[in-house]
Amino acid sequence: MSNLEKEPVFSEKTLKLLTDPLGKNNPITVQVLGICSALAVTVKLKPALVMALSVTIVVAVSNVVIAALRKYIPDRIRIIVQLVVIATMVILVDQFLKAFVFDVSKQLSVFVGLIITNCIIMGRLEAFAMANKPWPSFLDGVGNGAGYGIILVIVSFFRELLGSGTIYGFPVMEKLGLFKTGYENNGMVILPPMALIFVGLIIWFQRSRDKSLIEK
Amino acid sequence: MKHFSNRYIFIFSAVMVVIVATLLSLAATLLQPAQEKNLEIEKKRSMLESIRVTATRDNTEELYDKYITGSFVLNSIGEPVEGIDAFRVVLKNEQKKPLEEQVLPVFRATPHDGEKLIIIPVEGKGLWGPIYGYISLRSDLNTIYGVNFDHKGETPGLGAEINTSGFENMFWDKTLFEDGKFVSVKVIKGGADPDNVHGVDAISGGTITSKGLEKMLRDCLVKYNDYLLKNKI
Repeated sequence: MSNLEKEPVFSEKTLKLLTDPLGKNNPITVQVLGICSALAVTVKLKPALVMALSVTIVVAVSNVVIAALRKYIPDRIRIIVQLVVIATMVILVDQFLKAFVFDVSKQLSVFVGLIITNCIIMGRLEAFAMANKPWPSFLDGVGNGAGYGIILVIVSFFRELLGSGTIYGFPVMEKLGLFKTGYENNGMVILPPMALIFVGLIIWFQRSRDKSLIEK
Repeated sequence: MKHFSNRYIFIFSAVMVVIVATLLSLAATLLQPAQEKNLEIEKKRSMLESIRVTATRDNTEELYDKYITGSFVLNSIGEPVEGIDAFRVVLKNEQKKPLEEQVLPVFRATPHDGEKLIIIPVEGKGLWGPIYGYISLRSDLNTIYGVNFDHKGETPGLGAEINTSGFENMFWDKTLFEDGKFVSVKVIKGGADPDNVHGVDAISGGTITSKGLEKMLRDCLVKYNDYLLKNKI
């Protein structure tokens, strides 16, 4: 990693850390991490957005902490150390939300706790931050958080539109007058398994466009 | 990867735990007053919403003083109990006691239209955790004026829909009694008949939360049965 020191803050290589997880190395569709929370929070667009933002913050900050400590963390207990850092971060975030932005904290409710178990964060700490400097780790965290978020937003957009007939709470289907023509909301889309099907469709679409992603 | 001795690992973990513990307890202690203040404001705001007054965090205290005119505490046979502040009664702790020892808080309110209302707090179980709320009754002590529900951790988009106005507004003008008998309000799967004065639509995908809410209403309000019957017009 010594060659990285001479590079500018946003070199081509570091920028790739930001952009790769959005497409070619997406945490959900390619690394297949964090699927569980993607099912739970994508019924509506709003919680999905808040969740995406919180995960991005936690993964970026934990990445920086672990990257800064990477030379001092004993190999044999590294997973425990990673978990402690994540859990501490999440609890601190939760406490601050409760004290200063109570409304947002109510909005997030259980999700704050769920962030601890999000495999993306552990995955990035283990795969990237343990071997890289804080700055690239930070970018990697932001990139992966955003890559996770983008899938959440796509899935929740369709689930909210088809399941509840709204977009971000705005009653689109009603305004279009579709209900008068006999259209009905699809209750099945609200159920968790449909999130998997949507994620599956995205994976299918992505791999049919980019053949290099198909496993041999 | 460098090799670390056992001694190093033990010291590392000990130091890490101490740092983390200090950090967390410091945060918890320092932020506690602000968090408690938030919860109190939230409680007042829920009460205001149950009498159809929309409050923001900033004007909650002011509106609470304006519209909530008093409070008192009852025992299980509907007689007033002296010396207990209704606002400080923790419903969860009361529900653990035998019925005869429980105290039942009631708040008095007068919204814009000048009607004298009472507000009754309720608490029960949803799917993942507690659900709670406030029910305001018109002066006939039978017709629901408004409700406000909230929850600790129901699934957003499903069970969490109980605190949306779409769900809460269905309770307006429903009645609790039928021919002098307590029947409560039921949550009906597949949609309630609009003429049904004791039923509202259940939440699709939130069946257990809906059922928990129905049980909460029945269990909490039935304790006020004697008071409501004695004082109704």
